Amino acid sequence: MSTAVALPLGTDLADITSRIREHIVTMCAGPDGGHLGGSMSLVEILAALYFRVMRVDPADPDAPDRDILLLSKGHGGIGLYATLAEAGYFPRERLAEYSMPGGQFMAHPHPEIPGVEAPSGSLGHGLAMGIGYAVAAQLDGSDRRCFVVLGDGETQEGSVWEAAAVASHHGLSNLTAVIDRNRLQITGGTEQVSGLEPMAQRWRAFGWTVREVDGHDVDALTGALDAPSERGRPTLVLANTVKGKGLPFIEGDVRSHYAKLKERQYHKAMAVLRRSRS
Amino acid sequence: MTAPAAAPPSSREAYRDTLTELMPGDERLVCLDSDTGLFSNVDFGSAAGRYLNVGIAEHTLMGAAAGLARSGRMPFVNTMAAFASARALDAVKVDIALTNAPVRIAATHSGVSAGHLGPTHHALEDLAVMRTLPNMTVVVPADAAQTRELVRQSLGVPGPVYLRLGRNATPDLPAGPPPCLGTVQQVRAGTDVAIVACGPYPVLAAIEAADLLHRDGISAAVLNAHTVKPLDTATILAAASVTGLVVTVEEHWAAGGLGSAVAEALSGTLPVPVHRVAMPDSFVGVAGGQRFLLDKAGITSTAISVKVRSALGRTTTSIGGERR
Repeated sequence: MSTAVALPLGTDLADITSRIREHIVTMCAGPDGGHLGGSMSLVEILAALYFRVMRVDPADPDAPDRDILLLSKGHGGIGLYATLAEAGYFPRERLAEYSMPGGQFMAHPHPEIPGVEAPSGSLGHGLAMGIGYAVAAQLDGSDRRCFVVLGDGETQEGSVWEAAAVASHHGLSNLTAVIDRNRLQITGGTEQVSGLEPMAQRWRAFGWTVREVDGHDVDALTGALDAPSERGRPTLVLANTVKGKGLPFIEGDVRSHYAKLKERQYHKAMAVLRRSRS
Repeated sequence: MTAPAAAPPSSREAYRDTLTELMPGDERLVCLDSDTGLFSNVDFGSAAGRYLNVGIAEHTLMGAAAGLARSGRMPFVNTMAAFASARALDAVKVDIALTNAPVRIAATHSGVSAGHLGPTHHALEDLAVMRTLPNMTVVVPADAAQTRELVRQSLGVPGPVYLRLGRNATPDLPAGPPPCLGTVQQVRAGTDVAIVACGPYPVLAAIEAADLLHRDGISAAVLNAHTVKPLDTATILAAASVTGLVVTVEEHWAAGGLGSAVAEALSGTLPVPVHRVAMPDSFVGVAGGQRFLLDKAGITSTAISVKVRSALGRTTTSIGGERR
């Protein structure tokens, strides 16, 4: 295993991201709805990681030398499921199991699902666990990398900063965090609720290399994620995104955090997404 | 004149020495520290690269341990029991218990062994907290020798293990066979009451109480529940079926601890009376060493024997009291 997931012949990554968004919308139109806005903002980040950057093998999800992705913002679970399905970790049809009683596809990821490394949902956990994976890789002499995707609001959790300090102190250059900076949380804008700026400076002050990119530009994301890390420093990719990206009628709307789409909204959303593919 | 016998080490020191011995020979083992000081001046030899101090960061300690465990390692994490069971609980629950990660949580200063450090450093809730978590094994060694043995045996447990350790040297138990993790160990046989205890002073107090009761013709079995979860219910049921009366003893609040576990085990199948000797439902608001605080709280052989006599309807004492 030495590469990211290959695109099927005749497919480009824009097709994949569109399909991921369609899956997300479909899940949010199900009986229990879903975390729509923060999953839509995450799509290019996950697509860049799985299809461009990470060494993974969907046919062998537990391969010992695979790169690790921890979705610390566990409320992006349906975005992760849709990406894993498109990457071939399990058949797309299994996405219909989302929120089905007795199934494993809950709103927050559960590690029984192929490709899901760890449970998440309680915020502020991924970076600490990522430290463990990164230290283990160094002990093993492995060049495995560990990627941790956080929400921006998530960085209001103190445990994020505890882990950020530990990671830089121990020089974990094989650890990369990505922040989905969509600027919204449940009760409003992040800067209104409990401000996070100056975010890049905060992380630099904690000893991290910070690369700020357009979080919906897969090439920019790939460049930032693939660039060699600075010696002895973990890397933060600060990905500026739009909550609800892809659906103009909810983009940047705080109410998109969790949505149960009505049939009319579902058709409208799918029409928008399909138009963007053609 | 013979030299005085060397004081036994505390269970935390016995644990430290055992882990230090084990690490060079077992590549899986990693020692993750959170500025406890327990490993200052320890020479890990060829395993030195597998010691990592994350500083005063208990959440990160637990999360990093889970990541290491999920990468094929077996981390021993080090913090005080109060911080393992309360401050870092969300990481213990989500990252370690939910993933069934083979992390060993070495929780020192348990019970009131932190003494004068005060209630922020006492852990009187940790058994209740840890035994409610699915996948968690909960172990309470009763002396240094048991600690060495149970730490070694913990390597064979596939999931997470909570090791409840003390800060101070405590007396050795009377000689007996080594403990077997996952069982309850019968220390004394008896027919009138079964005293089930865990931890150094509770087990010692139970043995002393059995001696006191023996003088009054009361036959007390003593059971050392060094593994609180999974609880060896068969041994407890067997003892209770003979005695028809159980008294539990623990350095822990009554709610949710060993007494609760024993009562849960018996209530459905053999609902005999279960009386508890445990810490009162209050924070310890005074200075004092572990023994002082336990005496004050009534975790003593006298209190146990009074409770047994009362339960048997025999208000005698063997210390000059009168039989009625």
